[in-house]
Amino acid sequence: MAVGKYMEDIFSVGQKNFKSRLIVGTGKYKNFEETANAVIASGADIVTVAVRRVNITDKKQPLLMDHLDPKKITYLPNTAGCFSSEDALRTLRLAREIGGWELVKLEVLGDKKTLYPNMIETIKSTEVLVKEGFKVMVYCTDDPILSKKLEDVGASAIMPLAAPIGSGLGIQNKINISLIKEQSSVPVIVDAGVGTASDATIAMEIGCDAVLVNTAIAESKNPVLMAESMKNAVKAGRQAFLAGRMKKRKYASASSPDENLI
Amino acid sequence: MNNLNVAKIQLNGNSYDISIKTSLYDLLNNLSIPDDKVAIELNGTIIEKSKYIKILLKKGDKVEVVHFIGGG
Repeated sequence: MAVGKYMEDIFSVGQKNFKSRLIVGTGKYKNFEETANAVIASGADIVTVAVRRVNITDKKQPLLMDHLDPKKITYLPNTAGCFSSEDALRTLRLAREIGGWELVKLEVLGDKKTLYPNMIETIKSTEVLVKEGFKVMVYCTDDPILSKKLEDVGASAIMPLAAPIGSGLGIQNKINISLIKEQSSVPVIVDAGVGTASDATIAMEIGCDAVLVNTAIAESKNPVLMAESMKNAVKAGRQAFLAGRMKKRKYASASSPDENLI
Repeated sequence: MNNLNVAKIQLNGNSYDISIKTSLYDLLNNLSIPDDKVAIELNGTIIEKSKYIKILLKKGDKVEVVHFIGGG
C-alpha cells in the first residue's frame, strides 16, 4: 500500500513515541470545550500548556485537566511569558511537581514586541534543566550555530520559529530551517508563525520532524475545521518528504510519450 | 473566629486569612483544589506533595498555588 511507510512512521522525542507530528497549543480558544474539540480534530498526541496561579476567588472555575485528560494526551508544559532564565526554571520545576512531567518546552523571551527568544538565557536554562533530568524541547531562533549549541548542551528537540509567535506569517527562512534540520540529530520542530495549512506542509516537506501550531487554529473562523486541516497538512507534507519529490527542471518534460503519435 | 487564632498569609499575591495550624493539605481542602492538579511553592521553595499534610502555615508565609492552563 502506498501509505505503508507512513503508517509505520513514528515521531520520537525525549525517548517517547508519538503517532502524530502535529503538536497543538491550547491558548486563545473561546472556552475549554472548543479547545478540546480542536485538539481532538487535530489528532495531536501532545498539547502545550502554561503554568499559572490558581484563581482562588472563583472555586467553580473550570480546569483544563477536566477537559483534556493528561492520561490520554501528553501535556507539554511551556514557559511562555518568561523573560528570564530564573522564571523559566521556576515554572518548569513547578510543572514537574504538578504531575511528574519531564518532557517540557522551554522558551525564554527577549522582547515583548517580537517575542523573539533570548538565546543566551535560553542556552543557559537548557543546560541547567538537562542537568536536573528534564527532557527539554527548546524554542529558538532559526540560527544554525545557536541551534547546534542547544543540541550540544543536551536539548531533546530544536524548535526554531518560522516567524514571530502568533504572527501567522509562515516560514520566513526556509533555507535556515533546512540547514538546522540537516545538521541536527535530535528532532527539529517548526514552532511559531505558522498561519495556514500550506505553511505546515512546507515545514514537513523540508524534512522537519513535527510542527507546533496554536494561533493559526485558535484564531481561525472555525478552529475545529482548521485543526483538521492542519492534521492533513502535516500528514501531506510528511508523505511528500518521505516519497521524495521530483527534481526541478528548467524546461518542460511531456507527460505523454512521443512515440506512435497519430 | 477569634483573632488570636487567625494568621494572615500571602496566597497567590493576595492577603488571605487562615486559622492557625492550617497545613498545606488543609489549605487546598478549604479551597476545594485537588492536590493532583496543582503545585505549591512556599516562600520560594517548591513543596513535594507528600509533605503537604505535615507543613503548617504561619503568619506572613508566601504561598503560590499553580496549575496548568491553556497556552501556546
